[in-house]
Amino acid sequence: MASYKKEKGVVWDWLTTVDHKKLGIMYLIAGTLFFLKAGLMAVFMRIQLIMPENSFLTGQTFNEFITMHGTIMLFLAATPLLFAFMNFVIPLQIGARDVAFPFVNALGFWIFLSGGLLLSTSWFFGGGPDAGWTAYVPLSLNEEQLGLDFYVLGLQVSGIGTLISAINFLVTIINMRAPGMTMMRLPLFVWTSFVTSTLILFAFTPLAAGLALLMLERIFDAQFFNPAAGGNVVIWQHIFWIFGHPEVYILVLPAFGIISEVIPAFSRKRLFGYTAMVFATMIIAFLGFMVWAHHMFTVGIGPVANSIFAIATMTIAVPTGIKIFNWLFTMWGGKITFNTAMLFASSFVPTFVLGGVTGVMLAMAPVDYLYHDTYFVVAHFHYIIVGGIVLALFAGLFYWYPKMFNHKLNEKLGVVFFILFTIGFHLTFFVQHFLGLMGMPRRVYTYLGGQGLDEFNMISTIGTFFMSAAVIVLVINIVYSAIKGERVIGINDPWDARTLEWATPTPVPEYNFAQTPQIRSLDPLFYEKVHGDGTMKPAEPVDDIHMPNGSILPVIISIGLYFLGFGLIMLEMAEPIVSPWIVVALGGLLTFGGMAMRSLKDDHGYHIPKSVVKADLKKLGGGK
Amino acid sequence: MLKNLLWRLTPAALVLVFLSGCLGEENLTALDPKGEAAQWIYDNMILSLVIMTLVSVIVFAIFFIIVVKFRRKEGDDELPKQVHGNTAMEITWTVIPVLLLIILFIPTVTGTFEFHVDADPAEHEDAVYINVTGHQYWWQFDYEEGFTAGQEVYIPVGERVVFELNAEDVIHSFWVPALGGKIDNIPGVSNALWLQAEEPGVYLGKCAELCGPSHALMDFKVIALERDEYDQWVDDMLAVEAEETAANAEAGYEVFQENACINCHAIGGEGMATGPTLTNFGDRQKFAGVYDIDDDEELANWIRNPEELKQGNNMPPHDISDDDMEDLIAYLRSLQVRPADADY
Repeated sequence: MASYKKEKGVVWDWLTTVDHKKLGIMYLIAGTLFFLKAGLMAVFMRIQLIMPENSFLTGQTFNEFITMHGTIMLFLAATPLLFAFMNFVIPLQIGARDVAFPFVNALGFWIFLSGGLLLSTSWFFGGGPDAGWTAYVPLSLNEEQLGLDFYVLGLQVSGIGTLISAINFLVTIINMRAPGMTMMRLPLFVWTSFVTSTLILFAFTPLAAGLALLMLERIFDAQFFNPAAGGNVVIWQHIFWIFGHPEVYILVLPAFGIISEVIPAFSRKRLFGYTAMVFATMIIAFLGFMVWAHHMFTVGIGPVANSIFAIATMTIAVPTGIKIFNWLFTMWGGKITFNTAMLFASSFVPTFVLGGVTGVMLAMAPVDYLYHDTYFVVAHFHYIIVGGIVLALFAGLFYWYPKMFNHKLNEKLGVVFFILFTIGFHLTFFVQHFLGLMGMPRRVYTYLGGQGLDEFNMISTIGTFFMSAAVIVLVINIVYSAIKGERVIGINDPWDARTLEWATPTPVPEYNFAQTPQIRSLDPLFYEKVHGDGTMKPAEPVDDIHMPNGSILPVIISIGLYFLGFGLIMLEMAEPIVSPWIVVALGGLLTFGGMAMRSLKDDHGYHIPKSVVKADLKKLGGGK
Repeated sequence: MLKNLLWRLTPAALVLVFLSGCLGEENLTALDPKGEAAQWIYDNMILSLVIMTLVSVIVFAIFFIIVVKFRRKEGDDELPKQVHGNTAMEITWTVIPVLLLIILFIPTVTGTFEFHVDADPAEHEDAVYINVTGHQYWWQFDYEEGFTAGQEVYIPVGERVVFELNAEDVIHSFWVPALGGKIDNIPGVSNALWLQAEEPGVYLGKCAELCGPSHALMDFKVIALERDEYDQWVDDMLAVEAEETAANAEAGYEVFQENACINCHAIGGEGMATGPTLTNFGDRQKFAGVYDIDDDEELANWIRNPEELKQGNNMPPHDISDDDMEDLIAYLRSLQVRPADADY
C-alpha cells in the first residue's frame, strides 16, 4: 500500500522498524527461542534426576543449567513473551496509532536482545553462571569462572531494555488513549500492563543497583559483601528479593490480564466485578513490594520480622481470591466456547489456585523452615509460573494469533497440545510437593538411592517428556498453520470478541486506526455490536497521518552496549586477545555515538497522505 | 466425557499413592516426624493443608459445574445476561478468606517466637550447645567440652539441643527433615536453632542451600543416644589422643604422617581442622557424607582422586601405593570411640 515512501529490503525493514506491531512479533520470536533453550535445559536436568546417582550431567554443569534455566525463563522468555503481547495489543486496545515513544520501544527490544545474547555468550567462555538465578553471595563471588560476570552484565544490559520499555508503556497508557477511553474503561490487560510497568520501574532499579554492586565486587574488587572487610552477605539477599519478589507479579499480573480478556470473550459475558479486579490488581502489586523477606525466613532476620512478613504475605491471598472468584463468575451463566485459547484460560483458574494455596502454606514462617529450599518450593513456583504465566501465554498466543499473523492456529493440534501439556505439567510438578516434604532439597544434581525419593523423581521426569511432546506439537502447529491455517484476512473479528483491537482491519495497517475511534463504553466493540452498527464511531475526520521514521540507531546502540559489557568481562579473563579497554572504548563509542546522533539529528517522521488512507478505507470497506 | 473424567482423577490417584504409605524414607522424611519441632511443623502443615484443600475443593466444584453446565451449544447465538458484578458476593469472598487467614496467623506468630533461639552459649547453659560450621562440602561440629567431630553429630535423646550455625566459605543450610526445620549457615552471621529427638536413632541431614558443584553430596547424620550413652561418648571423644590411636595400626599411621594428612584432618585434639576431623572416622556410616564407609575401593579412590567423587571439594589428590593404601585404610578404620557392639 505504501507508494508514498521508498521500498526497503525485508531485513532492513525489520532491523530499523519502530512499529509496535512488528516489535511485538520480534519479542514473540526472541522470547520463544529463549523459551525453547531454557526448556531444553530443564529436560536435561530432569533426565539427570530420573534415577538416583545418575551421571548424565556433572554437578557443575547441572548448576550452570539451573542458573541459566531460571534466569532465561524469567528475564529472557516470560518477560519478552508478555512484552510481545503488550507491544502488539496495548496501542490497539486503547485506540492509539503507536506507543508514546516508538524509537525508545525499538531501543528497548534491541537492548533486551543484546543483554540476552551477552548472557548466552558465557557458554563460549568456560560455561554459564553457576550460583543459581538468585546469585547469592558469597557463592556468586567465586572468581574461578567467568559465568557470573556474564550474568551480572547480561542482566544489567537487558534490564535497561526492560526498564525503558516499561516507561514507554506507562506514558502510552496515560497519554495515548482514544477519546472516551477513561482509565476505568481500560481493558484489564491494559490495566495489568500498566500496573506491571509501574512495578518494573520500582523493582528493576534496585536490581540494577544490586548488579552494579556485584559487578564492582567481582571485577573491581570492592568489598560490599565480604564480612572479613566489614561487608554483609545478607544485604545482597535483601536487594535481590526487593526486586525478585515483585518480579513474580511483574510476570503474573499481565498473565491475569490475558485471562481477563480471553475468559469474557469466549464466555460471551462481560468481566464480573471489573472495578474489584482493577483494585485487586493494584493491591496485589502494592503487597508484592511489602513481602520480599518471605524468601528469607531461614536467614535469621528475627521472629518479629518473620511474623510481619509472614502475615503480609498471606494477605495477598485475599485480592488474588477475589480475582479467582470473579473469573469463575464471569464464566458462570455464560455460553462458553471451549477452543484452545479458552481451554488454557479456563484451566488456568484451578491450576493457579493449586499454586496459590501452597503459597499461603509457605507463608507460615515457622512451617516454612521445613519447606524452604526444598522441592516443595520448586513445585509451588512452577505451579505459579507454568500453571499461571505459561498457560496464560498459551491462551494469549491462540487468542491474538489471528490478529498478529493473519491466520488462525489449528484447533485440533491445539487441543492435542493442551492435553499433552496439562498431563505433563501435573505429572512433573504435583509429585514434587511430596519430594520436598520427603527430604529432597532443591538444586541438587543427584540424590542417593534408597532414600524413598526414586519413584516420584521418575514420575516427574516422565512428566517433562509429555510437556516436551506438547511443545513439539505447538511448533508443528505453528508451521502447519503458516502453510495451511485458516486465513482471516479481511475478517476483523474472528472470535466475536469485545475489545477494541478486534475493530482494526486484518492485516492491521501500520497506522492501526484510519480514524481514531470514539469510545462509548467498557468493552467498546461489544457495545457497538449491541447498541450501534458493530463498527466503531470515528472521533476525527480522515486526514494525513503522522508516522515516525524507522531507524538503525537502536541496533547500533545495543551492539555498543554488548561490547561495553563484554569488554568489562574481558578484564576478568586470564589472557584476553585484545586489550579489554579497546573493546570497552569501541562499545562506548557505538553506544554514546548512537545516542548523540539521535539527539543531534532532527527526525520529523513522515506523513501518510489523506488520499492513501482513504484508498485503504475503501479497500477495507470501512470509513465514514 | 470419560476421557475428561480420567484426567481429572489423575491428581486424586497420586494422592492415593501418597496416602497408601509412600511417605519416604524413615528418619529422613518430614512426613514421619521424630521430634518436638518436626511434630509442631507437621501438625501446622496439616492445619494449613486442610484449610487450603477446602478452598481448592470449592473452586474445583464451581469450575466443574461451569464446565459441564455452561457450554455453548452448536448454533446457540443467544447472548447471555451481561452482569457487571455482585457486591454481596464479592464481599463474601473477601471476608471468608480473611477469616481463614486469621486462623493461620496465630500459629504463625507463636511458632516463629517458639523456634527462635539466640546464638549465645551464655543463654543456653543448661542445654547441650553445639557449634555447627558449614564448609564446602562437609560439616564441623564443635562441642562445648572442647572436642570436634565431623559429618556426624551426636545428641542426647529427649532434650532440646541448641545448634549454633556458622559458615566458613559460602552459605549453607542445616536441615534434618525428620527432626525439624532448617536455618541457614551464613558467613559472618551466627544463627541458631534447636532440635529434639524423641527416640534414639540415626537421622539423615542435608545441606539445603546451593553451595557449589557438590551441594547435593553435603549430607550428614544426627545420632541420638540415651543420655548415659551420650555422656560416655563425650568422655570417649575427649580421651582420644593421636599417638595412642597409632598403636592399633602403626604402618597406616606412618602413611598418614608421611602424606601430611594431619595438616588438614585433626585427630583428638591435635592437628588442623581445615578438613573433617577424623577422631571417630571408624564409627561413621558414610565417608564424605554419601559414600559407603565399608567400600575399600571407593575409599582408596577418594584419597587418590577426591575431585572425581566430590567435584569442587578442597582435598588435594594423594599418590599412594596399593600396599600403603591398605595400611592407611586399616588405620582410618581403627579410629573408633564407640564400642563395637553399639546397636546403631
